[in-house]
Amino acid sequence: MFNPDIIKPENLVYKRTDVLTQAVMHYCPGCGHGTTHRIIAEVIEEMGIQDKAICVAPVGCSVLAYNYFNVDSLGAAHGRAPAIATAIQRLYPDRYTFTYQGDGDLAAIGTAETIHACNRGENIVIVFINNGIYGMTGGQMAPTTLIGMKTATSPYGRTVELNGYPLQITELLAELPGTYYVTRQSVQTAAAVRKTKKAIRQAFENQKNKKGTSFVEVVSNCNSGWKMTPVQANKWMEENMFVKYPIGDIKVDGQKVK
Amino acid sequence: MAIKGEVVIDKERCKGCGVCVVACPNKVLALAKNVNGKGYNYSEAIIDNCIGCASCAMVCPDGVITVYKVKL
Repeated sequence: MFNPDIIKPENLVYKRTDVLTQAVMHYCPGCGHGTTHRIIAEVIEEMGIQDKAICVAPVGCSVLAYNYFNVDSLGAAHGRAPAIATAIQRLYPDRYTFTYQGDGDLAAIGTAETIHACNRGENIVIVFINNGIYGMTGGQMAPTTLIGMKTATSPYGRTVELNGYPLQITELLAELPGTYYVTRQSVQTAAAVRKTKKAIRQAFENQKNKKGTSFVEVVSNCNSGWKMTPVQANKWMEENMFVKYPIGDIKVDGQKVK
Repeated sequence: MAIKGEVVIDKERCKGCGVCVVACPNKVLALAKNVNGKGYNYSEAIIDNCIGCASCAMVCPDGVITVYKVKL
């Protein structure tokens, strides 16, 4: 520590939000889940909706999300988080229900629930972490795995002949009339984190104004699954994932962005 | 007008991922040679060059960084 005299409450620029609990997260070092958790918690704090927010945790790496968010939470069966969130939001229309799902949960097992919840235009926020792999179970191939990407179940790389094409579920959902706000962001740099935070804020504001489904995809890394260091994984993500999953708004105010 | 910043890192919670090290525009942070209780090489400030931009804190997955800033 070089300047201990400036460590005073009035000079504080940034501190960990109290909407996150003090539990140490079980995520791997450098995982985008932690960053995304933190910015969701910061948005909840900024909007002052801690006592009204309800988190629906999925199955996957983020299955223990309810240990980290200091808000009311529920655990859903695999892929069924949008269905649970639908029920909560219909019973408590003034609450802020959000689901937090990975790509194995949302784009594979829960495809039906996701598509129908978005098509009905349920007034919920869906945060979707896309890292192109099943992280928790040991790095198996997911629907979002890129062509040529090596995983535990595609050791020679994913091929179109055998495994088909990567699923761009966010573009798919943007086609549905029920979605009001669909965007794809990332959390690898400070600028990207600020943009993602703005997008999540926008999603909760839409929910406040009862506009319909808001869907925020966060392209994230999985350094353990990809067998890289966190810094390498972020670089690989920028070079490869962003080609297939370009960053930016896809649908704003119910209108597709051209 | 000069800006002085200071980062306080909770080194026991730090997992040593190194994302903050590349995020810092002034190359203030580096991974320590020592390890914390969990065996991770935690992040620490090595030079007095911090401007309090909070880029490190923004990218930290575990939220272990607290940032202070003062305008002199």
